[in-house]
Amino acid sequence: MKLGVPKESQPGERRVAATPDSVKKLLKLGFDVTIERDAGLAAGFDDASYASAGATVAERDGTWSCDIIAKVRPPMDDEVARLNAGQTLISYLYPAFNKDLVTSLSGRKVNAIGMDQVPRTTRGQKVDALSSMGNLTGYRAVIEAVNVMQRPLRGQSTAAGKIYPCKVLVIGAGVAGLAAIGAARALGAITRAFDTRPAVKDQVASMGAEFLEVQIDEDGSGTGGYAKEMSPAFIAAEMALFAAQAKEVDIIITTALIPGRRAPILITADMVRSMKRGSVVVDLAAEQEGNCELTKPGEAVNVNGVTVIGYTDLASRMAQQASTLYATNIVHLVAEMGGAEKFELSETNDIVRPMTVLKAGTLMWPPPKPPEKAEVTTPRSVKAKLHSEEHGPPAAEKMSSFSRWGVLLVGLALFGIGLSAPPNFLTHFTVFVLACFIGYQVVWSVTPALHTPLMSVTNAISGIIVIGGMFQISGNSVASFLGVAAILLATINIAGGFLVTQRMLRMFHK
Amino acid sequence: MTPSLLATSYIGAGVLFIMSLKGLSHPETARRGNMFGAIGMIIAVLAVAIQVGLVTSPYVIGAVLIAGTIGTIVATRVEMTAMPQLVAILHSFVGAAAVLVGLSNHLAPATELLGAEATINDLETILGVFIGALTFTGSVIAWGKLQGVIRSKPLMLPGRHLLNVAMILACVWLGVIVLGDGPRTMTALLAIMVVAGFIGIHLVMAIGGADMPVVVSMLNSYSGWAASAAGFMLSNDLLIITGALVGSSGAILSYIMCRAMNRSFISVILGGFGGEEGAAPAGGVVMEGEMVATTAEEVVEQLKEAQSVIIVPGYGMAVAQAQHPVREIVDVLRKRGTQVRFAIHPVAGRLPGHMNVLLAEANLPYDIVLEMDEINEDFVKTDVVLVIGANDIVNPSALDDPSSPIAGMPVLPVWEAESCIVFKRGRGAGYAGVENPLFFKPKTLMMYGDAKTSVEAILKLLKA
Repeated sequence: MKLGVPKESQPGERRVAATPDSVKKLLKLGFDVTIERDAGLAAGFDDASYASAGATVAERDGTWSCDIIAKVRPPMDDEVARLNAGQTLISYLYPAFNKDLVTSLSGRKVNAIGMDQVPRTTRGQKVDALSSMGNLTGYRAVIEAVNVMQRPLRGQSTAAGKIYPCKVLVIGAGVAGLAAIGAARALGAITRAFDTRPAVKDQVASMGAEFLEVQIDEDGSGTGGYAKEMSPAFIAAEMALFAAQAKEVDIIITTALIPGRRAPILITADMVRSMKRGSVVVDLAAEQEGNCELTKPGEAVNVNGVTVIGYTDLASRMAQQASTLYATNIVHLVAEMGGAEKFELSETNDIVRPMTVLKAGTLMWPPPKPPEKAEVTTPRSVKAKLHSEEHGPPAAEKMSSFSRWGVLLVGLALFGIGLSAPPNFLTHFTVFVLACFIGYQVVWSVTPALHTPLMSVTNAISGIIVIGGMFQISGNSVASFLGVAAILLATINIAGGFLVTQRMLRMFHK
Repeated sequence: MTPSLLATSYIGAGVLFIMSLKGLSHPETARRGNMFGAIGMIIAVLAVAIQVGLVTSPYVIGAVLIAGTIGTIVATRVEMTAMPQLVAILHSFVGAAAVLVGLSNHLAPATELLGAEATINDLETILGVFIGALTFTGSVIAWGKLQGVIRSKPLMLPGRHLLNVAMILACVWLGVIVLGDGPRTMTALLAIMVVAGFIGIHLVMAIGGADMPVVVSMLNSYSGWAASAAGFMLSNDLLIITGALVGSSGAILSYIMCRAMNRSFISVILGGFGGEEGAAPAGGVVMEGEMVATTAEEVVEQLKEAQSVIIVPGYGMAVAQAQHPVREIVDVLRKRGTQVRFAIHPVAGRLPGHMNVLLAEANLPYDIVLEMDEINEDFVKTDVVLVIGANDIVNPSALDDPSSPIAGMPVLPVWEAESCIVFKRGRGAGYAGVENPLFFKPKTLMMYGDAKTSVEAILKLLKA
């Protein structure tokens, strides 16, 4: 089975869908790899290295006639015309935006796999080109911003005055957003992030950024790891937050995408105008018409001294690394599809099925909905709750086992005592009951490590019975003798108890 | 001294006692707490001594001096491993003192009482003598078992529950005689003392070694109630307060110990647990695998490679006096950068908190000595676990074998670690008489022999 890798024809695209390394892996999977002349040149791979890895270097026709065609960008019209029934095309497709492309591909009766349609699952990660590219894009967004900034990101106190650190706001903490946070932090900026999904709060914190929140309780987690659209009240609140932040921060990086839809407008023209001169907005959603009202896809525009960058080729600007990652995603995908031997567009494979846009010209997109995303945070909070219950006041636990009979018995006993006992006794009884409760409260706070000292100190304290012996010393000689004996025993307790406790406690140290 | 001044000194002493218990909530405040207790005691004793004019009585001064000397000598000489015995014997003194006060009060009541007040006073006397005598004999037996004078195996008399009930009924009957106005009330009271003494002996004789922590804390509680009963008898609020504090402290400790063994208080008191030493494993569980013996060299190899080590001490470490060489091993490992911590099960040893005291004695910092709840989740991430002289508290059958006698007891999951080394004297079962599948697990290695000898051998190789 032949796999062809054509040279990208879209102007400015430097990436390529195979590298010499990935060619070796494809050969191992049983494919014959054909690569178009100079396909990898812009990404730093020359034809000789492909050839020595085992690929056949051919002209344009040679690659487009292969059984499988792997590329990066969606095919141009003239490329679609080259395809024939039975061939399989693997590339970005964006079927929601490129309806015409899908229709014309369908007319050619080909199979079409959309690299942008990868399921955002754990198993899907190895094929996930959106993640591997997003990671680079997020990093590059910061670099592009710094490139037009007229100041460094890191703060510093110098003899020539203080350099204030830049403030960076990242909207959308997906793969690209998190990568941007990481890069901004590494360059020393004060970094903040916003996302509608509360679940990513920990990830943001782990990258060292502050997580901004609006005072409305709404979970924006949609299916497949994307955010869903929020209620109007929430959107109003977040817009107010962005407006306030725009006046303060130096760089805004937006990454908000909703699958299959135009990207939401988050940064209005007014917000851009309110930013400090020299600030930068980098719109990573430019390819889907942008999160910023002023974004011109593919360009950087200057509005009142604020640069709005809408480049759509950020990953391509790091073509060598991007190609390596993308090529690896392709290798994983064709391995998942069965390699050269058992190559098929399985309708049961949980990675291949969602990515299949066309099967022999038949529209397979959109795929059936994935099952509702399981609430990841639930087990943890339940566990925490159980944990806190375990450590809760044992009083509650004891009360339940007591309850019913215990309360009844205590009530009856109190009633009986109240009927028959003299007032003098009741005074002492009150003291006794209250002392029991104090003892109960105090002893529960004793740390288990000190239970032995607790026993020896209570031992010493119970030597208080010595005063009972003292009161018994009177005229009656036998009673006095017993009293002295009691004093003797109790005093051993007092002296021994306190001293041994002191000795033990002296040994406890940090 | 005026009655009001006496009363305020009682309040002062009572508050100081409460603060002394409160101080024990943390090792840093504990010593100050103990001082509070001692000051409270001095205030109370001086106030009473002045009140009843005893400051000059040669008998009392003599008794206090002799007793103080005995107490001081015992407290300074006692081995930390012998703490349980000391605590037990001190309980017996409180019990005996309560009995003496009760008898003395019956001979010469402090105040003449009439009608209901007299009856209540008699009742209080009976209760004081009963609890006191039971505490006294029970504590003496507990001391004997801990000291090894009496076999720790439970004594099971036929019909022992019936015997207990009969003895209690006899005490009730004797109590009725005391309450009456006959000439033999003193004889009856003495008889109650004797019968209660028998109950104490019988109760503790029937309890096995593994339940000793519960017994000791139970007797701790009883000694408090005995003091409280004496307080009622003498209409003395300070005695009542102190007795109640001690009583509830002991009761809570008993409850904590019982929970740590997943057993009800009643079943512990009724005794008989851990009787069938070396009996066949309950439920017919067949031990799979075999016990693999190891050598000091192998253990040292593992320790040198380990990043994290947890040591689980048990009563066996105390018996072998191995805590000092263990401390040295910890020092060496910590210097190498290994993380070393101790995991303490609530019922490890023969006294609540016994292991903490032993490790503190060996000069180990208390912040690496952790409780079961604090460390249980960390065993999975641990390279080597050393189990030194512990058995039942690391028995996996408590978790996975419902027919095991210790089923449901919380245990330390040492088998989750990469490797587990068990220091054990011989091949027998633990105190509870339960076979331990841990020893047969593939990741478990057995280090046979006296714990101290083994630990010292490892230390020597580790230092070399």
